Amino acid sequence: MKYLDEFRDQDLAKPLLKELRHSVTRPLRVMEVCGTHTMAIFRNGLRSLLPDGLELISGPGCPVCVTSASHIDAILDMAERPQVRIALFGDLFRVPGSSGLSLAHASSHGAKVDIVYSPMDSLELAKKHPQELVIFLGVGFETTTPGIAATIMAAQNSGVDNFAVFSTHKVMPPPLISLLNDPELQIDGLLCPGHVSTIIGARAYQPLVEKYNLACVVAGFEPADILQALIMLARQVSQGEARVENAYTRAVSWEGNERAQQMVNKIFEPVDMEWRGLGTIPLSGLAIRESCCHFDAEKRLDIKLIPAAEPPGCRCGEILKGKERPPQCPLFGSRCTPGNPVGPCMVSSEGTCAAFYKYG
Amino acid sequence: MVCKTMNPKNSILLDHGSGGIASQELISGLFLKHLDNAVLASLEDSAVLDNHPGKLAFSTDSYVVDPIFFPGGDIGTLAVHGTINDLAMRGARPLCLSLALILEEGLDLDDLERVIVSIGTACKESGVPIVTGDTKVVPRGKADKIFINTSGIGIIAEKVNISSTMARAGDVIILSGSMADHGITIMTRRAGISLDGDLASDSASLHELVALLLDGLPPGSLHTLRDPTRGGVATSLNEIAAAARLMAEIEETAIPVHKGVRAACEIMGLDPLYLANEGKCLVIVAPEQAEETLSLMRSTSVGKESAIIGSLKTGTAGQVVLRTGIGGSRIITPLHGEPLPRIC
Repeated sequence: MKYLDEFRDQDLAKPLLKELRHSVTRPLRVMEVCGTHTMAIFRNGLRSLLPDGLELISGPGCPVCVTSASHIDAILDMAERPQVRIALFGDLFRVPGSSGLSLAHASSHGAKVDIVYSPMDSLELAKKHPQELVIFLGVGFETTTPGIAATIMAAQNSGVDNFAVFSTHKVMPPPLISLLNDPELQIDGLLCPGHVSTIIGARAYQPLVEKYNLACVVAGFEPADILQALIMLARQVSQGEARVENAYTRAVSWEGNERAQQMVNKIFEPVDMEWRGLGTIPLSGLAIRESCCHFDAEKRLDIKLIPAAEPPGCRCGEILKGKERPPQCPLFGSRCTPGNPVGPCMVSSEGTCAAFYKYG
Repeated sequence: MVCKTMNPKNSILLDHGSGGIASQELISGLFLKHLDNAVLASLEDSAVLDNHPGKLAFSTDSYVVDPIFFPGGDIGTLAVHGTINDLAMRGARPLCLSLALILEEGLDLDDLERVIVSIGTACKESGVPIVTGDTKVVPRGKADKIFINTSGIGIIAEKVNISSTMARAGDVIILSGSMADHGITIMTRRAGISLDGDLASDSASLHELVALLLDGLPPGSLHTLRDPTRGGVATSLNEIAAAARLMAEIEETAIPVHKGVRAACEIMGLDPLYLANEGKCLVIVAPEQAEETLSLMRSTSVGKESAIIGSLKTGTAGQVVLRTGIGGSRIITPLHGEPLPRIC
């Protein structure tokens, strides 16, 4: 089985679509939390095929989109410092801070900025540039954090001194609880993020079922995966049930990856974290523990986060909460485009606004 | 810091760009050795070309690719094929090329010779000579190893008129082979990612395929040609649709993509529709000639995997719609910036 072909097969998708139409017996609002789900739904043209009555709302699962302007400003401050080299994943390169400038601009003005494909690449950069402090920008949810934890452990073990991580890492369940506590947000079910769940396990959503009586289905990212998960959600709601179901069993277990969880717990600890558009959510972020403070860029460079106002007119916050859609933002497609983004929802490859703009 | 593997005596020096004896030795000892033809060997200030009937096509392009050597080609082959193809995309028979080099001080002479040998071989195989050239050397750090510009002149026969504005509603869109080979090869090499499989650039000249179509099809049935280089098939289709004031509709399952390319794109979070091709073209042809065109293209080595991927229609002018593998549809927008790999 090659997985790419089988789960994208039209002959499999057609009967699933038919079953989905059959299963949606009343208006149904489902939040698809993960940015990769947003992109997959658009890229495969699923929105054009969904039955009437099924509404998909995009949630805050795009790590770049929810990185606050104050964090971007701090990153730009670090990038300007001599002897500092910034290493990052590509998505963050064009995200603007409160001044409208991004790392792309900083790079064009001489800042040392390297796009890497793995956090371990940034360790190699540190070895290659011993006179510089290489700072890896830690952005991402639970899928990504174990890799960063492993990189910090590798730095410790190999005695690499000129390396640090600027952590804006976040964890997924707290913002969902924050959203679900908002009485204005009415949803019937959650399409739970597949790759985050490989780490935290399907059991992570059980509290949401118990507290909010919410149908939760863990989904993969191919068209057949998403359709299967939507069918399972629709069936739960039709039958008046609410439970955690796992539709991504080939990658996700009930417990998750306990070894990865232990690695993360060894290096990081939960802290309150600011989310763009959602404010500060208690214990929703990860900071590097005191025992590894030498690898904490915030401490090493004495970074102070300065509160930054959201760009005027930008509706990223409401879009991230699932309360509005991109076309409802007055800036969408006019002042805010992928080439000239105002907010991160437009620049990130997983951003809701970018998805709407690209895929229609 | 001197690189331990570099041999200072085998490197480009600033003197090589001075115009003096060192420059002359580089030209006669290296360039003429591999690019020799009567026009170039005269070493005059300009190449004079005999009078050729028809319209003149003139194109220029610069090549700054990094890494300079990669599976399937190098910066030299790109520089030859790329400008030949730009001429061919207007239906021109390429006549000759110019070659301008900007060399970084310290460039290994063996690397330079390897590039020049590639250029010589590509020119010979294409039948298009370099007839004039220039070399400059800049201090270390002011250029990245080697930058190349090639300009080319071609002749378009009197009645041939190929451009985006000639495309008509109902025209069929054919892609001459597998998509994104070059772009993903470069991106994986640049990232230092080693993957099993045979990723390789598709760098190739297309002028002979174009000549075959011009000879084999009824006059006026070949409307538009475009080689989808930077920005990929997606961007080229958007440009054509906008210029022709038509809508393009393409079928995802009809677009040929090699398995290894598709897998590498999945790993890096890149969309093959937006990655560069350096030996492929989009051919837009009157519908009644579509099958004949496809057959002619498939009879060539560069076009053996040609496939009909869609058509042009009246509709929202400039819009490109993709019908997805599961029967949905989505809009394909042009590339806005450099393709960037995703976090998770």
